[in-house]
Amino acid sequence: MSDITSEMTSPLNIPEPEETLKHPMEQYLRTERLPHIWCASCGIGTVLTAYITALQKSKLDPKKVAVVSGIGCSGRAAGYLRLDSFHSTHGRAIPFATGLAVGNPELKVTVISGDGDLIAIGGNHIIHAARRNINMTIICINNFNYAMTGGQAGPTTPESANASTAPYGAYEYPFNLPFLAESSGAIFVARWTALHIRRMAKSMTKALLKPGFSFIEVIAPCSTLYARRNRLGSGLDLMKYYHDSAIIKHGIDTREVDIDFQDRIVVGEFVNKDKTHFLEKRDQFLSKKLGDKYVPYKGPNSTTSTMKEEE
Amino acid sequence: MNHWRVPFDINKIEIPHGNIHILIERCKGCAFCEEYCPKDVLEMSRDFNRKGYHYPIILKQGACVNCNLCETICPEFAIFVEEDKPRHPDINDVIKKGDQS
Ligand SMILES: Cc1ncc(C[n+]2csc(CCOP(=O)(O)OP(=O)(O)O)c2C)c(N)n1
Ligand code: SF4
Ligand code: SF4
Ligand code: SF4
Ligand SMILES: [Mg+2]
Repeated sequence: MSDITSEMTSPLNIPEPEETLKHPMEQYLRTERLPHIWCASCGIGTVLTAYITALQKSKLDPKKVAVVSGIGCSGRAAGYLRLDSFHSTHGRAIPFATGLAVGNPELKVTVISGDGDLIAIGGNHIIHAARRNINMTIICINNFNYAMTGGQAGPTTPESANASTAPYGAYEYPFNLPFLAESSGAIFVARWTALHIRRMAKSMTKALLKPGFSFIEVIAPCSTLYARRNRLGSGLDLMKYYHDSAIIKHGIDTREVDIDFQDRIVVGEFVNKDKTHFLEKRDQFLSKKLGDKYVPYKGPNSTTSTMKEEE
Repeated sequence: MNHWRVPFDINKIEIPHGNIHILIERCKGCAFCEEYCPKDVLEMSRDFNRKGYHYPIILKQGACVNCNLCETICPEFAIFVEEDKPRHPDINDVIKKGDQS
């Protein structure tokens, strides 16, 4: 067997793997799971490197960071991170993350998942987590389709884009995600494309350090399904499209950032405001109502119980 | 940077420098790194790796300015840059022959 392999490989001049070298992000990665499942020139991996960069910049203690994903190609992100991470069921990343954030206030919880997972089946959860201003960061990787299951149309598929369930083009009205997030109550809303790696990482750092519900949409290439079905070329061609069509407009009214098929994409930090988050609000409210009787829950590592025992 | 003469302060100018490492077997040949390297340091190979993808090779050894862009844009964790000592600009880079007319 080994003879055959060496015979087969030598004429092709295939280089030996450089095994001694370690990528600096490996401390944050479950390297035993690499290479990851994402296709060649898929953009999800780039969003993950931006997230790791943001995590390093934020100086947060990795032991106090948790990442949750749903199901989908994007939903595989959590499984590659060497952090407390959980690959939940389809659409339920946010309820799981809400439990973590409320059950352990010391944790910074990030949800990294796809447009279908977060906005279609999980749509209900995202609006209520935003409404309650739960302390968590959502990174929604928008590739305009349900990629993992074969490129079906979803709530973000632009009008006229082709999908496996829309062979003549999609005709529904797609969601405008930054507007949805802002109107539901998000305190930090940004959108970038996978090409805007530095700006995306910067926004992620800000979101990680900001208490409350933050939402970052990242437009990313799905080379195998969305790009191929729509004859848009490779992931690189989509990156070039982002380069030519993205317009940075910080602070713009989110009602104006709809995306039409292969049209301009407005990117930037649209919303950044301060608002008391869920746990603080609960503690303030109940302290006012119950006075000394109320002892705020500070997480599993704290010794105090929620209610003082009655004498 | 094209100047018609060598700047007087050339010895004071320091340009960051990086050493590029490519984990060939991890690469899936997307060419993001090659396309977006601001110094055009990389080029896609003609050879294939074991999975059958073209991978980046270093075209201009020494021209990397350690901007880390390739490392961050790579979806495969297949390329990274190590900071090296900054260098003074090469006179041949600063002043191109034939530019002095
Ligand atoms: C309850 C349930 N319904 C449907 C599915 C099938 N399913 C798996 S992934 C997916 C869509 C994922 O889309 P998205 O979140 O956009 O991720 P992408 O693959 O595009 O990154 C669907 C419908 C499932 N796994 N579970
Ligand atoms: S199917 Fe699309 S989204 Fe999924 S890994 Fe492949 S390119 Fe990425
Ligand atoms: S670090 Fe910057 S200059 Fe160096 S190879 Fe990478 S992209 Fe090019
Ligand atoms: S960006 Fe990464 S995966 Fe893409 S060609 Fe360069 S090294 Fe290979
Ligand atoms: Mg999707």
